[in-house]
Parts: sequence; structure tokens; C-alpha cells
Amino acid sequence: MKDGYMKFVHSGAGRVIAKTLGLPIPAKLRRKGAPSTLGPVLIGGGELTGLLQSQVAELGYQLGSTPKQKVHALVFDATSIKTPGELANLYRFFRQNIRRMDRCGRALVISRPPEDCDSPEQHIAMRALRGFIRSLGKEMRAGGTSQLIELSAGAEQNLPSTLSFCLSPVSAYVSAQTIRVNAVELAETADPKAPLAGQTVLVTGAARGIGRAIAETVASYGAMVIGVDVPPMQGELDKVCRDIGGRALPLDICADDAAALICEAARANGGLDCIVHNAGITRDKSLAAMSDVQWDLTMAVNLQAPLTINAALLEAGLINDGGRIVGVASISGIAGNKGQTNYAASKAGVIGMVERYSSVLSAQSISVNAVAPGFIETEMTAKIPFGIRQAGRRMSSLQQGGLPVDVAQTVAWLANPQSIGVTGNVVRVCGQNLLGA
Amino acid sequence: MTELRRVAIVGSMRTPFCRSNTAYKALSNQEMLTTAIQALVNQHNLHGVKLDEVNAGAVVTHAADWNLARETVLGTTLSPNTPATTIQQACGTSLQGALMAAAKIASGEIDCAIAAGTDTTSDASIVFSKKFSRRLIAVNAAKTFGQRLKAFRGFSLKELAPVPPSNGEPRTGLSMGDHCELMAKEWQISREDQDALAAASHQKAAAAYEEGFFDDLMTPMAGVERDNNMRPDSTPEALAKLRPAYDRKSGKGTLTAGNSTPLTDGAAAVLLASEEWAAARGLPVLAYLRMGRTSALDFVAGEGLLMAPTVAVAELLQRTGLGLQDFDYYEIHEAFAAQVLCTLKAWEDDTFCREKLGLDGALGAIDRSKLNVKGSSLAVGHPFAATGARVVGVLAKLLNEKGSGRGLVSVCTAGGMGVAAIIEK
Ligand SMILES: NC(=O)c1ccc[n+]([C@@H]2O[C@H](COP(=O)([O-])OP(=O)(O)OC[C@H]3O[C@@H](n4cnc5c(N)ncnc54)[C@H](O)[C@@H]3O)[C@@H](O)[C@H]2O)c1
Repeated sequence: MKDGYMKFVHSGAGRVIAKTLGLPIPAKLRRKGAPSTLGPVLIGGGELTGLLQSQVAELGYQLGSTPKQKVHALVFDATSIKTPGELANLYRFFRQNIRRMDRCGRALVISRPPEDCDSPEQHIAMRALRGFIRSLGKEMRAGGTSQLIELSAGAEQNLPSTLSFCLSPVSAYVSAQTIRVNAVELAETADPKAPLAGQTVLVTGAARGIGRAIAETVASYGAMVIGVDVPPMQGELDKVCRDIGGRALPLDICADDAAALICEAARANGGLDCIVHNAGITRDKSLAAMSDVQWDLTMAVNLQAPLTINAALLEAGLINDGGRIVGVASISGIAGNKGQTNYAASKAGVIGMVERYSSVLSAQSISVNAVAPGFIETEMTAKIPFGIRQAGRRMSSLQQGGLPVDVAQTVAWLANPQSIGVTGNVVRVCGQNLLGA
Repeated sequence: MTELRRVAIVGSMRTPFCRSNTAYKALSNQEMLTTAIQALVNQHNLHGVKLDEVNAGAVVTHAADWNLARETVLGTTLSPNTPATTIQQACGTSLQGALMAAAKIASGEIDCAIAAGTDTTSDASIVFSKKFSRRLIAVNAAKTFGQRLKAFRGFSLKELAPVPPSNGEPRTGLSMGDHCELMAKEWQISREDQDALAAASHQKAAAAYEEGFFDDLMTPMAGVERDNNMRPDSTPEALAKLRPAYDRKSGKGTLTAGNSTPLTDGAAAVLLASEEWAAARGLPVLAYLRMGRTSALDFVAGEGLLMAPTVAVAELLQRTGLGLQDFDYYEIHEAFAAQVLCTLKAWEDDTFCREKLGLDGALGAIDRSKLNVKGSSLAVGHPFAATGARVVGVLAKLLNEKGSGRGLVSVCTAGGMGVAAIIEK
């Protein structure tokens, strides 16, 4: 789906007109593969500063900078902040350096989970950071994003994969998120270019849209993909799976034998290391006018099928230890949406699945997370009427819709075995959409 | 006085070197120096560490870079409590920086230091004519419109022509190449020998890249991973086709663009420390910087401008009681192929060694297979102030790989100076 307005304001005349009329000029987001080299990363703050510096250097970012250079990212270690008063250190760090931020820059704060703090003062100070990061997200210019990483004590070794995600162009459309990282024993670090090598990842709804992008992206990081989609989509599904050297498994996830067939495929591949419940549908109608079929179908595909499949896989021990379950929620499931009582209920249910199962499965070191896409340019959103579609795109800090690959890269981060410390998170991929934020 | 300590060379890092006005044309000295020092800090995990000293500088600088070393340190992840000194001794800058720090480490005055250098001739400052500069100062000082107007009385457009930076010797008006051409003639260095030395430098550097020798000595910058001056396929035959670059008219010129170093951009840094400091941080000791010596000669009165290393090395040998042949490696900076060849010939020359170096006889020949074994400036390029740190890093790594041994460094500089040092393992 083309965003015509975006194209228009980036044309010579369009820019002039947009500027004169005071219309928003959404930035062109820097995504993976853009050729430019990124500027230096500035790191300050508390006791973890040295550790952050070595981790960021290890990720290949430039650390040293001159005052004249634009910086790619500002990273602040807030874990040493003990009282609300000490938040002034954070303020000063960003106040002094924020103007040096390059386009598509990154503001990142590392804190402690508030509820883990012993003292009430620190709890409150850590909680305050969530507000800071959300406001900063709205102030970031030219495609910049901000995130807060709440790092449990002792989880330092679990940080790099999330640090990498937040700093990199792969998180282009993720902003103002609070991400919790727990301390979990890590498998050997893999080749950073192929973090999913040797991993089997099952993706539902893989024939098109976001699911297809997920399949392609995790495959590009080395994963063996089992792609699932409904039989009428088999042509597309086969093509996607062929192109990425994966396996096509055409089935309706709501069918009675779906879970059994998925278990069979999982068993044939030595169990799953990750499953991505992406298949989803909308059947929009105001509640007063909704039919039973609209309600039932939406709930069945979006919520009940993932639950049934998870249960069957877990029961059969077919999600490997250290495995990852990734759900696809929606900002509708957070904010609610007119005409989407069914859809929002199903997606809020996915969030419930994350909350509940992340703690249940932590004993097996299986992580459970979800992405919550905002307005993503796909055939699903192409169905939205023109006016609402335009508004949907602009109603975010980044003032544009995201691309399927933005969701896919976020899923790939959660699917990375090095991200196993990230669990129980619902990460919005919405360019800081105003809805529910 | 306390006993002297051994000075450990812990590691070195440099950026790839690029010919002037190519890949680094948008970079400043501070950016390049920051990149080199930061890479050294990353490699040895020195984030937040307070070093006792950073000696760094550049030869071609802007007036605004008066505090270059300290400003650079502030942009790295070293502790901001690390003091720094901006130094400059032409092409000897970073080697001299290392020797200065080494003396303090040896005496116990400090424990650890970085010596570094950077240069760019892509970012040289444009200097206005003296006359125009004076007008600008007058305008600045002017209080009334009348005074301001007066400052420009008699102004001519000619004054606006910028004075280009030059690497000519202020006291002779000759460029360094002109001087070296004179030396080549005096010492009868043939064009063939110069071209052969240059081709060998390229081939040795290319082979070193192939075997991965530079992998842990270099950090990519601005997307560049290798020196862009290097030509692995360089041959004496191809070099023989080039026309003389300095003496273009007499038909006797032998120095060409191929056997002279090009103007180059880049930076290099080396980490020195006491053995105790290195051990406490779990860092390696690649080799030891034993002793250095700087000498100068009266080139204005006719001595060869770039012959001072012959003196520095002779004096160094006298002080250590070593012979010229007591080395496993020789790193003689190749400003020009002719400079290296003149130096070697002079050491073999009985009269020169007696009369100019005050020795009993010739120092003798060296085993050429030990000379610049990983290539030198003719191949990789020569960002003036960075070369010393590059050479120290290469030699320390060579000795570490060999396990034990001794190497000699010499660098010639503008102004008729030479800096030499002995590195051991
Ligand atoms: N596009 C957006 O803006 C947006 C926003 C929020 C959430 N989402 C969610 O992202 C996911 C993917 O959305 P999309 O935009 O790519 O949609 P899409 O309609 O383009 O693709 C969904 C895919 O899922 C498949 N599918 C549907 N029902 C299935 C079933 N019963 N069994 C197997 N496969 C089935 C479809 O055939 C299709 O290939 C959905 O869960 C959706 O709710 C999308």
C-alpha cells in the first residue's frame, strides 16, 4: 500500500506546500540495509556506563565523538538513580546533548523495574522514567525514537540483544516503549549476523502481509521456517516458503485437526524453538449490528486458535526449552476501537496470554511476548476507508504508517534466543500512535 | 633516584590511511584522532579509565585545534579526568609523544599513557593574506562606521586570494621532495633502486593484509577498511613509467609520485604502560620501548634535510652499546624511497660515519630482508603525525609474534630532524 501523502511531501513542490500550510512532514525512516554509516553513540549516567560502553562498542557502534558530530544515539544509565531528585542527572544529560541528535536518532534509558526496587523513592523515580520516555518520543525529530529498558538486577548479560534492537534501524517504527529484561541463563552467543541459525520458527498467516515479512525476516537471520496459512492461500504460501528455504504447512488454524498437524510438523523438525501467532482477521461491525459469525470467527482465529495450539505443543513438549512464543496483538486491543469489540477483545486476550503464560512458562525458560502493531501498510489496512486511513497514518509521533518489515524485525528480536530474558512484554510497533498511549 | 622501569607497549590502533581528498575529505583531525583513540580504548576495555597522560597532535592544524589532544579525550569514553597534551614535532610527532610518555613511565612518574597522531591535508586551513588578516582585525576592533570603512581603504581583490598551505621548508623555500631529490643526487641513488623499494613496500603491505596481520591493529573509519594508497599489483616496471615529480626539467630527476609518499589522511594511537599497570588490568605486553633519541642537523647549511635519522640512530647505538646489525627488524619510515636508500648508504659509508657521525668507521650494511617487513609509508601512506604510532604498533606486534627480539625505528622529519627508538621483547 503506497502512502501517497508521504511521497507528496517529499517531492520538491509538496514540501513547500506542506510547509506553507503547516502540514506534518513525516520523516523518511532509516531501515535496515540503508547504506549510510551511523554516527557515534553517547553514553552517560551511573555505574553501568562502562558496561554499556563495552556492549555498545561490541555491537559495532562508534563511541568517540567530537562536539561537531551529530550523534546517532544518547544512552543513559539510570540504574544508579536512587531518588526522584536524582532524575535531574538524566534531565541534564539529555538537555545537554539532545540537539546533537542525528536524523532517525535513538534516545535510550536503562533503568530498574520499579517493583523490584527496595526503597519507595527509587521505585517512584524508576516509574517516573516511563513518562519521561513517552514525552521524549513525542519530541524526537526526524524519525527519532526513544525507549526505556527496565533491566533486572543481574541481567546485564541479557541486555545486548535488546540494546542492539533499540539502537539499530530495525526498530524504526518502535517508539516510547518500556521493555523489561530479566536475568536468564543464555545459550552460547551465536553469529551476530545469523542469530537464528539452527532455530526452527513456525509462523502462522505467513502467506502475505505481516506474516510473510516475519517469515522472510527470521529466515534472513538463519531460521528454518514452517509457514502456515489457509489452504486457499497455498499458492502464495508455497512461494514464500520456497523463496526462504522453508516448509509450507497449509491449514486453517481453527480446524479441529490444526493443533495435531502443527504438532506433527514440529515433531518432524525436532520441536519448535519459536512460534509466531500472526494469523489474524478483522470482522468490523458495531456491537449492535454484529453477527454471531463475526464475533465467533474473530475470536476463534485471533485468540482461541493460538491458545489451543500452544496448549497442544506444550503438552507434547514440542516447544523446546529456551523457546519463544510470540503473539501478535494490536493497539486496538490496548485502546479499543469503534466497530472492533470482537477484534479488540481477541487482541486484548492475546495480551492476557502473554501476562499469564510468561510467568507460568518461566520455569522452562520459555519466553512469551507479543507485538502490538499500530497502523501497518498491508491489505488489511487497505480496506479502511480513505479518510480514516490517512488519519490513522498521521496519528502517531512518526506521522506515518509502518511497514510489515517493522513488525517483522521486532518479532525477530523477540524470536532471538539471546532475547530470552525479554518475557511478558507487549511491544507496540506503532510509531508511538496516540491510541491507548 | 629510583630504578628505571620497563615500558610496555600494550597495543596500538589506527584508522586505514587514505590519500588526501578521497574517502576522509569530510573528516577533521579531531574526528580521526577520536576514532583511533576510541578504538584503542574499546580494544582494551578502558571505558571510564583515567589514563595518566595522552600525548597527541597533528602537523597540519587549524588554529581552533589548539587543545586538540584534550578535546579529543573528552569525546572518548576514557575518564574525563584524563589529562592530555597537544604536541607537534612534524613527522616525528607521535613517536616523540611515545618517547615522552615512556620516559615518565620508566621513571615512575606515571603508569600509563596513549601517544597518538593524526593528520589531514584534506581539511587544511585556508590562510588569508597578511594584509587582509590585518584588515579583519581592524574591522573587529572598530567602534564607528567610519573606522570600519577606514579598515578597508585601499583594498584590492588580490588580497582575497588564499595563501595555500605548503609543506615547503620555510628556510630554504624548497619542498621536501626537492630536498630529497638533492639527497638522491648526492648519494647517487638510482631511479631503479627507488622504484624497486617502492614496489616491494606495496607487495609486503598487501601480503600483510592477506595474512590478516593488520586485523587487530586497525579500525574501520567512514566505511573504509584498507589503506587506499596501497597497490598490491605494483611493480618496478610500472613505476618506471612515471615522470619525475620534483626535478621535472633536467632529465636527471629520479623522485616520482610512485616512489614518494602521497599526502595522506588518517590517525594512529599506541598504548604504553608500566608492566604492573598492564598486569593489573589483565592487558598484554607486546614489547618494551627501550630507548629513543632525537637529533637534528644543519640542513640550511647544506646537510641533507632528511639525513638526521642517521645521526639519531648512531647516537642511540652509542648509548646502548649495540651495533647496527644487532636487530631483528628495521622500521625505517619511507618518506621517500630515496630517503631510506640514502640513510642505508650513509651508514655503509666510512667517510660519512667518521666525519658526520663522529664514529670510528662505517656502521655497516643491514640485512635488507629485515627492513619494513610489513611494508611502510610508501604503500600505506603517511599522515604525518600518525606515522610514529603506526610504526611502533607494527614493530611491537612483530616482536610479540616472534616471541623475542629487537627492532629499530627511525623517522625523518621536516626541519632536518630525526627520531629513533629501540623496541625489544
Ligand atoms: N495491518 C495492520 O495494521 C495490523 C495492525 C494491528 C495488528 N495486526 C495484526 O497483524 C496480523 C497480520 O495482519 P496483516 O495485516 O498481515 O493481515 P493480512 O490479512 O494481510 O494477513 C493475514 C494472513 O493470515 C492468514 N489467516 C487468516 N486466518 C487464518 C486461519 N484461520 N488460518 C491460517 N491462516 C489464516 C490470512 O490468509 C493471511 O495470509 C494479524 O494478527 C492482525 O490482526 C495488523
